[in-house]
Amino acid sequence: MSTLEVSPVESQPGQPSKPVVNDFSIQIATVNGSGSQTANSVLMRSLFQMGIPVSGKNMFPSNIAGLPTWFTIRASKYGYIGRRKEIDILVAMNAETAREDVMKLDGGAAVIYDGPLKLNELRSDLHFFPIPFDKLVAPVCPNAKLRKLVRNMIYDGVVARLLSIDMEEVYKALVKQFGERKAKAVDLNWGAAKAGFEFAAGTFADGVPYRAERMNSTAGKIIIDGNAACALGAMFAGVTVVTWYPITPSSSLVESLIGYAKRFRHDPDTGKATYAIVQAEDELASIGMALGAGWAGARSMTATAGPGISLMSEFIGLGYYAEVPTVVFDVERVGPSTGLPTRTQQGDLITTALLSHGDTRHPLFFPCSPEECFSMSIEAFDFAEKFQTPVFVMTDLDLGMNNWMADPFPYPEKPINRGKILTAEDLDRLGGFARYKDVDGDGVGWRTLPGTHHPKAACFTRGSGHNEKAQYTEREDDYINNMDRLVHKFEVMRQHVPEPVVSLAEKARIGFVAWGTSDYAVRESCDQLKAEYGIEASYLRLRAYPFTGHLLDFIRRHERVYVVDQNRDGQLLGLMRLELDVELIAKLRSLRYYGGLPLDARTVTDHIIAQEGK
Amino acid sequence: MSATVTPPPKKVNHIGLEVLQYKGGKTTLCAGCGHNSISERIIESFYELGIDPYTVAKFSGIGCSSKSPAYFLGLSHGFNAVHGRMPAIATGALLANRTLMGIGLSGDGDTASIGIGQFMHLIRRNMPMIYIIEDNGVYGLTKGQFSATADLGSTLKSGTPNNLPPFDCCALAMKWGATFVARSFSGDKKQLNAILKTAIAHRGLSVIDVISPCVTFNDHEGSTKSYAYVKEHEEVLQELDFVPSFEDITVDIPEGEVMDVLMHDGSHLRIRKLQRDFDPTDRFKALVALEEAEAKGEILTGVLYLNTAKPTFLELLDLTDEPVATLPEARVRPSRTVLDQVMDELR
Repeated sequence: MSTLEVSPVESQPGQPSKPVVNDFSIQIATVNGSGSQTANSVLMRSLFQMGIPVSGKNMFPSNIAGLPTWFTIRASKYGYIGRRKEIDILVAMNAETAREDVMKLDGGAAVIYDGPLKLNELRSDLHFFPIPFDKLVAPVCPNAKLRKLVRNMIYDGVVARLLSIDMEEVYKALVKQFGERKAKAVDLNWGAAKAGFEFAAGTFADGVPYRAERMNSTAGKIIIDGNAACALGAMFAGVTVVTWYPITPSSSLVESLIGYAKRFRHDPDTGKATYAIVQAEDELASIGMALGAGWAGARSMTATAGPGISLMSEFIGLGYYAEVPTVVFDVERVGPSTGLPTRTQQGDLITTALLSHGDTRHPLFFPCSPEECFSMSIEAFDFAEKFQTPVFVMTDLDLGMNNWMADPFPYPEKPINRGKILTAEDLDRLGGFARYKDVDGDGVGWRTLPGTHHPKAACFTRGSGHNEKAQYTEREDDYINNMDRLVHKFEVMRQHVPEPVVSLAEKARIGFVAWGTSDYAVRESCDQLKAEYGIEASYLRLRAYPFTGHLLDFIRRHERVYVVDQNRDGQLLGLMRLELDVELIAKLRSLRYYGGLPLDARTVTDHIIAQEGK
Repeated sequence: MSATVTPPPKKVNHIGLEVLQYKGGKTTLCAGCGHNSISERIIESFYELGIDPYTVAKFSGIGCSSKSPAYFLGLSHGFNAVHGRMPAIATGALLANRTLMGIGLSGDGDTASIGIGQFMHLIRRNMPMIYIIEDNGVYGLTKGQFSATADLGSTLKSGTPNNLPPFDCCALAMKWGATFVARSFSGDKKQLNAILKTAIAHRGLSVIDVISPCVTFNDHEGSTKSYAYVKEHEEVLQELDFVPSFEDITVDIPEGEVMDVLMHDGSHLRIRKLQRDFDPTDRFKALVALEEAEAKGEILTGVLYLNTAKPTFLELLDLTDEPVATLPEARVRPSRTVLDQVMDELR
């Protein structure tokens, strides 16, 4: 989706230079707890409703009220929805950061600001638009208590006027935001937006050198965050036991699921729940409960972030060794330790792939979009039960908590696969079973569920040494056979994990390997490299660990392969080093960003140019 | 009883199973270990009550105690979890399948030291299961360190005294929400049998702290968890008679002397007070009695608290009657219409 065929009109009478159409970034600087989220969502949605590809990134503090927050809206007729570093229009609402925010801008940018801040004195190379927010809000919001919340809507009106955003779309977005039933809230906010619009119309003769024009690139699309998309995936996967402990940025995943499950997962006849969602006392308990439930035959899951992953380490080893299915959603944030809880990173990759002591390896799924959050979550539940092991769905704060436009999710057509489970009737036929015997050659034994009414059904599940019959053993041969079967099972998984997405450029000598949300920056960078430097680059996006043969073929095809990591130590490269042959490793180069913001294309492009010497 | 001399057919319980079918593997614990007596009482009580072993799930943590589920109810599934975290595994399993009868075996280290957090939250949820603490005040598998139930002043084999106060797991359980709390002694067959049967019949969390001396590391002079010490200091609160629902109550209960508790499954627990005035339905007074006994160096055994009315965690969740784990696809995957509706809302 890197390019869209559009030919917008790029000139406007009365302006000295042609305005840039549908290709700009707006940054809104506020303090958290001031109700700016509504104004920001409405602005983003207005552009979306005009058919313009748009993305919104919330950069917020780990705090409830009073600290700086930045929300960046990017509109791109080309369909680029990754982060863009350059800001074209700044809405400076936070006195504390306004000075620094203004000083960081490139020349020519526009600044909409609260008049008393007098930001226009700071620089002469920017377009300044002072707005008397307090004066404007008073008449449209008689209730002084609500003014703090409503005043933000004024900048929506100002921006709408300056960028020619259709006010009708602002109104529609407001109704969408509050719902038909909250007509009062809609009216109040609409009044504020109109006041901003009218003030700007009457005050500023010149607009900004950017314009929003209707196009047709968002028809039928939805706006959703990755956490909600994962939650929907889990619900449609038929999850039955959800155990969790609140942690940013994963909390909203389970909270979304609670909301959806309440509406759609109660028995129509009895009203009773077809699922259990339990807030545990900590992550040790949440993963323990998920494993207990998986052992008893439930489709179970938990959701967490880095610190939770660290705590779950011991239990995940039990899940691996005793072969108990469950799905763990890891919405990554910046580590180590508490780190930056509200910033994004791909920092848990190696930890999670090898989580727990002893020889352990776990399958990881890497969605990069809401569509994949939905589809891969469903796939993860099947995979966990098919291979009887914990499966991790790795997303990050950028994907999980930001709003993304996406195609509507297709209904899962494949029936649910519960894996190898023997019933009492099966046991009658077979005369018995050995829990950890590889009867099918795929390394996966058959299991029975507790509660199976059969004298041959019971077995003892344990994290201590066990033989094929699940009996305690410390024998050398039993231990080695079991560990070797687990390796074989992992090798079989390679054939079943989601395959990478590969795009080969004809004459490319270099290639990118990336995963998750790095996708947006890498795809845009490929276009930049070609357009600006004439460099062709291929790209392989990993969608899972263990790696598949596609990765090896891809590296062989290219002279140098840049492995993109949103972490300091190049964890994806590190994981590849553990598995690849030396001649392939020799071709790998590390491209890392770890500042806690979503990766942007320019950072990638600049790195390549520095390395490739052009 | 019949007076004929012909050998009876194999002795079976009221669901037609022999006692053999309630046994497990051969124990690997030390000869004379109190835990083995507890396993025997479990076999006996489940057999006598005719519990279907296929509906039972056994859970344990890590330690000597936690090995014991392998030694009883061999026809039941078992899960030996990680140290101190059996409550989470059991909770998950029971959420998945509410028709299972859960029995957890833990030790004093597994419960009161590493597992105190999960133990407390299991209690707080009143998770319907049986939780047995095989309490010997010492770490056996690591060869004789104090646990958090070791009494103040009790000594290790080396003579080192314990200078920290013990957790009283029964007091904790009573205070924070368990609905059947009892303490027993592995050597008291009759009492432990009645307590286990009550736990089986109880709807809610049963916490049973069984003093179970460690013959290898904590049975010496100076230990307060030795056979000799416990025998000398035990104060038996009541005489207990458990009358299962399938047996008729033939004897009338004299007013005032015996408390008769009707259990959820229709069985009765008859509690005959001994020396002291003790009401196991009065949580506050029971806690006071425990405090007083501790001050006097007595070990109170018997039913400490019983509440048959409080809802369990599973009841609070309002789950379907069938196990959620095995609901068919049609009941756990919402329809295409639902997805369409959700997508529409997001446009």
